[in-house]
Amino acid sequence: MAETTISRSTLARAGVQTAEEIMAPTPGAMMRRRVFGHFGLMFGGFVLLVIIFMALFANVISPHDAYDQQLGRKLIPPIWHDSPKATWSHPFGTDHLGRDYLSRLYHGAQVSLLIGFSAMIISGLIGTILGVMAGYFGGRVDMAVNFLITTRLSMPVILVALAVVSIIGSSLNVVIWVLGLLIWDRFAVVMRSATQQVRSLEFVTAAEALGCSHLRILLTEIAPNVMNHLIVVATLEMAHAILLEAALSFLGLGVQPPTPSWGLMIAEAKGLMYFDPWLIAIPGVALFMLVLSINLVGDGLRDVTAPENRS
Amino acid sequence: MAIFALKRLGVAILVALTVSLITFSMVYISGDPAITIAGEGARIEDIENIRRFYGFDRPIFVQYLEWLWNAIHGDLGRSFSLRVPVADVIFERLPTTMLLGACAITFGLTLAIPLGVLAAVKPNSIFDRAALTLAVVGQAMPTFWFGLTLILVFGVMLRWLPITGQDSWWNFVMPAVALGYNVAPAVMRLTRAGMLEVLASDYIRTARAKGLRPMTVLFKHALRNAVIPVVALAAVQFGFMLGGSIVIETIFQINGLGYLAWESIQRKDLPMMQAIVLILSIIYVVITFLADMLNAFLDPRIRVT
Repeated sequence: MAETTISRSTLARAGVQTAEEIMAPTPGAMMRRRVFGHFGLMFGGFVLLVIIFMALFANVISPHDAYDQQLGRKLIPPIWHDSPKATWSHPFGTDHLGRDYLSRLYHGAQVSLLIGFSAMIISGLIGTILGVMAGYFGGRVDMAVNFLITTRLSMPVILVALAVVSIIGSSLNVVIWVLGLLIWDRFAVVMRSATQQVRSLEFVTAAEALGCSHLRILLTEIAPNVMNHLIVVATLEMAHAILLEAALSFLGLGVQPPTPSWGLMIAEAKGLMYFDPWLIAIPGVALFMLVLSINLVGDGLRDVTAPENRS
Repeated sequence: MAIFALKRLGVAILVALTVSLITFSMVYISGDPAITIAGEGARIEDIENIRRFYGFDRPIFVQYLEWLWNAIHGDLGRSFSLRVPVADVIFERLPTTMLLGACAITFGLTLAIPLGVLAAVKPNSIFDRAALTLAVVGQAMPTFWFGLTLILVFGVMLRWLPITGQDSWWNFVMPAVALGYNVAPAVMRLTRAGMLEVLASDYIRTARAKGLRPMTVLFKHALRNAVIPVVALAAVQFGFMLGGSIVIETIFQINGLGYLAWESIQRKDLPMMQAIVLILSIIYVVITFLADMLNAFLDPRIRVT
């Protein structure tokens, strides 16, 4: 009997691990298992990495100059078309001005990712500051932020963006800033409720009782605990910004020609789509895959970091 | 209930006023609206004339108050390009967009709610997986590209549906689908989550224990409660749709508010742009207000807060 009465805590103090503890995976291993076992996250992550690679090395991997117009070789169909004109020199064909479609697709990835990422950073800063303030201070601050969110939601995004861009004049920077200043609402909504939840926990009360400043509590107690929510919204909003940029460019008020943007490529091909449907299919599928992969990564990160929040 | 309604009404009016202020100042972002109207390379005298003609030379807050006063009385100014009162054109086009929005939200809801219920009844089943996959795919599909693809497949290749125009109900099928699938993912997720929560509650167990038929339990007891949050979401989504219809109306050439907005943006018709943004925002404020009231009526717990 004597050997079995040694309690677990005694063993732990002596630095001895029980069999279950040795067998149990470490938190890191658990996390790795969740990440690698999540199909959506793996698939989305892979596609996203491929597209980021395309964007980063667009200049190196493009078979042709994306801006080089040669009317002599216009509207060559892609390689999988059973046409004598199809050539491996232009695997995705050429557009109505004879520009290589694959090269334009690579460069379009740059535009989408750049605008999506920058607009997400701007809107993330605005939305996070507003949301965290509302959730942390509550009361009047909360009311004011809620009012701002309601006002922002009541204005139609695409319409306001189009109107503003048309008044200021379109450029890459204008599109980034207009989108960034418009789509902070979801950041604010999510960060507000996440902060409210963390705010009511004991360790925040403890930090307050110890006399920590608001700034210190926000940075060391609140911030680490709302980070996973922030990352998830950030991915979803980046996807949102990319879709909006494509829609603006499609309507002719986003990125201006001859810059290759996937939305603009679809707009330029619109008149020709009855005869050459692949002209809108290729950039459309690219756009769809990019947004899908970002959404999958976002959903996957939420499942992996906080499985209890899964909808 | 009355106090709750009054509070919400107060917020709604305040939001509408703030929106009107933002909409009004939209014209001034570029600096001088007279220069925007005159265009590049205009002569100084012309700009001066425009400034005086449209009253841009007066203090901004006087201009705003006058604009607001007129707007409240139904006068939204005159269109720069069409030379007619803006309000007339807008109210002529508005019904088409509302009809499109109604068709689209009906499509979205009839697709999403049954899928959400089905997914919740058998969680992690093949239905659940299929519904979730559909939601993820739907969220990633660019509206304008989806619209063009529909035209290509059902209009050009199969020749089932007319491509453009608005002469018959058939014209609204593709635009409504293109616009409406957008709301389906969010509504489906919310229905599914709500149903999962409700189905696990005590009163559903009681209803089952009483020996009620499974269908009665599911639709009469469970769905009624699960669908309450969907009302608010559907209202919000309907508002977003009216804004998003600009893309769909341009693609399908439907002569609604969205198409009008696109035309006036192309022509830099500032009063028209202002008025459309204002009208759509006000419609959104009104719809969400009504949805809140309906919600409070359906779920008394909301009234307390």
